[in-house]
Amino acid sequence: MENALEVEGLSVRLGGTEVLRELSFSVRSGSALAVIGPNGAGKTVLFRALIGALPHGGVVRWAPGTRIGYVPQKLDIERDLPVTGRDFLRAKAHVSGAPGADLARALELVNLPPSAADLAIGAFSGGQFQRLLLASALLGEPTVLLFDEPTAGVDEPGEERLYEMIHRVQETERLTLLLISHELSVVYRYATNVLCLSREAPCFGAPEEILTPERIEQVYGTPLKYHHH
Amino acid sequence: MQWTGLTLSIGMAVAAGLVGCFALMRRMALASDAMSHVALPGIGLALVFHFHPVLGGLAALFAGTLLVWGLERQTRSSTETVIGVVFSLALALGSMLATGDELVDALLGAPGTLGGWELALGLAGAAAVVAFVLTQRNRLVITLVSADIARTSGIRVARLELLFLLAFALTVALGLRYLGVLLMGSLVIIPAATAKHLARTLDQMFAISVGVAVTSTLAGELLASRLHRATGPVIISIAAGMFLVALVVRRGR
Repeated sequence: MENALEVEGLSVRLGGTEVLRELSFSVRSGSALAVIGPNGAGKTVLFRALIGALPHGGVVRWAPGTRIGYVPQKLDIERDLPVTGRDFLRAKAHVSGAPGADLARALELVNLPPSAADLAIGAFSGGQFQRLLLASALLGEPTVLLFDEPTAGVDEPGEERLYEMIHRVQETERLTLLLISHELSVVYRYATNVLCLSREAPCFGAPEEILTPERIEQVYGTPLKYHHH
Repeated sequence: MQWTGLTLSIGMAVAAGLVGCFALMRRMALASDAMSHVALPGIGLALVFHFHPVLGGLAALFAGTLLVWGLERQTRSSTETVIGVVFSLALALGSMLATGDELVDALLGAPGTLGGWELALGLAGAAAVVAFVLTQRNRLVITLVSADIARTSGIRVARLELLFLLAFALTVALGLRYLGVLLMGSLVIIPAATAKHLARTLDQMFAISVGVAVTSTLAGELLASRLHRATGPVIISIAAGMFLVALVVRRGR
């Protein structure tokens, strides 16, 4: 299978500090890459460099014809504006050249009832809002989905459902998935490969190789408990 | 009041109502006020060198726009301070260039009489702003929600922001004769702020904002000529009154 993404010697400097240094990895088409690491290790910076939002050194090579659906962790907008979920989805559909029918399908894929889309975005719960963003990312037939911490601001029973849904969407839409996550048990279950970022040298490999207690202690600086089923 | 002046003021108000919605959502409420002040030195220079004041104001506004755009692309935190200082300086310099009645008119607005080409240029400017906001609204909405989502959707974010700021500057220039340098920024922000309180969807916000801008401009012009007052303060008083009513209405909901 060919690669959806190849990264060679990626370096990013922000305000004089080197956040990412000589990072190399690749992502096969249709696989799932989980990016883990402590806060401040540069996970979001990596995503933003990958989409071309940050200047960087090294090479980022997407497969020809790649279309990216991106779900950021933080939005630039205040939540108390009269913008409904549907306002946002319509705008996204229009800009991505997606036909109107795709909008209903995207809502269905993420289990959002059409009536929920008519709420102001400020009225969405954390989990609903992430699903709305996922629906918007699915408009325009993306080939790759970048998801920055899906469960930030989602309650615990919701977390599980959200990850299951992302996994299901990835399978049905045959997407390549890049995911930033702190949920190591989820990473273990769903990820094809794991990229760990830390102040030490980054590591990259299959979950069984990377998610060992010693490695995790090295990456996070403390022993971290997680269970895999 | 002449029908030509009336037509242009409606065009200006529609543009202000639409641009204001995005300016407010971009958290430009204070910056937009300060930005309108930058027109004054341009008007002052135009008066000194005898060319059309609105053209001088427009040139100064475009220069100010490029400055804001450049700053926004650098750091976000220091932008507001720099805008505050630079644009106050613009007001100070402009006040030294223009004096007496000319200064009062430039600061507070005086409709006066309109020539044919002034009307044509003004209407063309208003139409350009309205067309920009309506055709680019989807791109503007996505960029507003997240510049990164916009980038991955193929939107050229920096270019779109520059065009928006230029549309904003053009709108301010259109309103200079009616509201003056001190108050035009408010006609962009107050109707949009009123709409934000009452609307539940984006379409409603556009409609209410345009409604408030047009109503307060027309009512303000009529009232100002009856009361023999500068138009700007009367228009803004009416718009601010509608904003306060909207606050009460929302509380009552």
